[in-house]
Amino acid sequence: MLITCPYCGPRDLAEFTYQGDANRARPDPASTDQAAWNVYTYDRVNTLGDHAEYWQHSGGCRAHLKMVRSTLTHAISSVEFVRPHPGHKPSSRRKPGAAP
Amino acid sequence: MAEYSVFSLLRNAFSAQPDWKPAWRKPDPKPEYDVVIVGGGGHGLSTAYYLAKEHGITNVAVVERGWLGQGNIGRNTTMIRSNYLLPQNQHFYEHSVKLWENLSHDLNYNVMFSQRGCLNLANSPSQLDDFARRGNAMRHVGIDAELMSVEQIKAFLPALDINFGGRFPVYGGLMQRRAGTARHDAVAWGYARGADRRGVDMLENCEVTGFLRDGDRIVGVRTTRGEIRAKKVAVAVAGHTGQLMKMAGINRLPIESHVLQAFVSEGLKPFMDTVVTFGAGHLYVTQSDKGGMVFGGDIDGYNTYAQRGNLPIVEDVMSELAAMFPGLARVRLLRSWGGIMDMSMDGSPIITTGPLPGMYLNTGWCYGGFKATPASGWCFAWTIARDEPHPYNAAFTLDRFHRGLVIDEKGQGSTPRLH
Repeated sequence: MLITCPYCGPRDLAEFTYQGDANRARPDPASTDQAAWNVYTYDRVNTLGDHAEYWQHSGGCRAHLKMVRSTLTHAISSVEFVRPHPGHKPSSRRKPGAAP
Repeated sequence: MAEYSVFSLLRNAFSAQPDWKPAWRKPDPKPEYDVVIVGGGGHGLSTAYYLAKEHGITNVAVVERGWLGQGNIGRNTTMIRSNYLLPQNQHFYEHSVKLWENLSHDLNYNVMFSQRGCLNLANSPSQLDDFARRGNAMRHVGIDAELMSVEQIKAFLPALDINFGGRFPVYGGLMQRRAGTARHDAVAWGYARGADRRGVDMLENCEVTGFLRDGDRIVGVRTTRGEIRAKKVAVAVAGHTGQLMKMAGINRLPIESHVLQAFVSEGLKPFMDTVVTFGAGHLYVTQSDKGGMVFGGDIDGYNTYAQRGNLPIVEDVMSELAAMFPGLARVRLLRSWGGIMDMSMDGSPIITTGPLPGMYLNTGWCYGGFKATPASGWCFAWTIARDEPHPYNAAFTLDRFHRGLVIDEKGQGSTPRLH
C-alpha cells in the first residue's frame, strides 16, 4: 500500500501509523455527558467500503492526515491534512516509475 | 459402535470403501426452526453441536454464506492455550482447554489435539517479572504454569538462539505444558458431523440478506434460499458482525474488522515440538505434523475486510523468526494468507443475549478465537437455551464497555490494533 502524503509524495505504508476511525466526533472536552464519551471511545461504524480514517506520517514529515480508503480493496481516494495548512501547495513529486 | 473406529476402517478396507456416509447431509431449508445460527464456522458449528448434545435442542439450522469452515476456522495458526491473567478469561479459556482434552473422543473425530506446550519467551527482566505474575495468577486458579530458566529453555529448545543475535537475550520464559495445537479443519468437520447426526440442518450457500422482524423482535432471517423463521436467531460471524448487525439496524458496535496474516513454510524434518512466542516483538511459531513451520505475528493494524495483508508485517514477522531461529533463515515460505478478525475494544470476546429481543450475539474474538471454539459454542449454546449466560461467559457482555467493566488483558485501552 502506497500513501501519497501531501508534503512528501507517495511513500510506503511502513512509514505511516494508523490513528483510527475518523467517523467519530469527539465530544466537547468540557462535556460531562458520560454516554457521549462512551460512544466516542468504544463504538465504531466499521465500514465496509470507503472508510474515513486518520493516519500519521510518523516516519516522515509527521503530519497528521485524514484519508478515505476502501476497506475492501485498500484503494485510497483522498488524502488531506487533518488541519488545513496555510501556504501549502500540493506535492508535484512524480510517482515512482511514472514518466518524468 | 462409533462411526469411525478401527473396525469400520477394516470393514471398509475389505469392501472397497462403499459404506462411508457423507459427514453431513445437504438438506433444503425448512420454513421454521427453533434456533437459526448464522455462520457455519467453528463457533457456529460448535454452538449447534452443544445445543443438540447438552440442551436437547435439535430443530436447529446453521446458515452459511459459502461452505462450512471456509473462514477463520481454516485460516488460523491452530494454537490452544489458557495462559491468561484476568479471572474472567482464565475460567473461560481453561474450560475450553478441558473440552479440547476430550474433544476427539467426544466427537468420535480425530482433531489431533497435541499438548506440546506453549512457551512465552521473556526478553527483558521486567517481562520475566510480568510472566511470573501471570504464571502465579494462573496457578492460583488451578491452571498449570511453569517459569523456565535460561538453562531449562536451552535444553528444551536447542534450535533457539538464546541471545536472539545479541540484541534481545532471553531471560526466561513462561510455559504452559497443557497448551498445544489441533488440526483446525477437523474441528469444523467433527462438530458439523456431530450436530448433523443429532438432526441439525447445515444450510450451505445460503447468505443472510436481512432479518425478519415483528416489531422490535427478530423472528427469522431472509436468505438467498428463502425466508427462514426462527424462535431464536444466533449470530456468530466473526469479522462480518458489523455488516450483519447493520441489517438489523444496529450501526455501531465496539468492534473493528482487521486483517491478520499467517504463514507456513515448506515442510521440514522434526525441528521443534512446542509452541514458542517472541517476547520483544510479536511472533508465535509451531511446527505442524506435516513439517511446515506455522507462524504469525501482529494484525496489520488498519480497518479492512480484504483477506490479504501488506508487506511491512511480512517483513516484521520474518525478521523476528530469523532472529529466534537463525537456522530457519533460508527456509522458503510456502504460503501466506489473511483472515478478518473481529477486534473488540478491550481484546476480550462478547457472548451474550441480545442486543435485540430474539437475537444472540457471539463476536469480538480478536485473534484468539480458535482456542476458544469448544467453550465459545458451549457457553453460547447455554446462553441461547436458557436465555441467560453461564458464569463462564457472564462477564462477556456487549454493554460492559458503557458500564466501565472492560476486560482488558493487556491494559491497552480502546485501540484494537494494539490488542
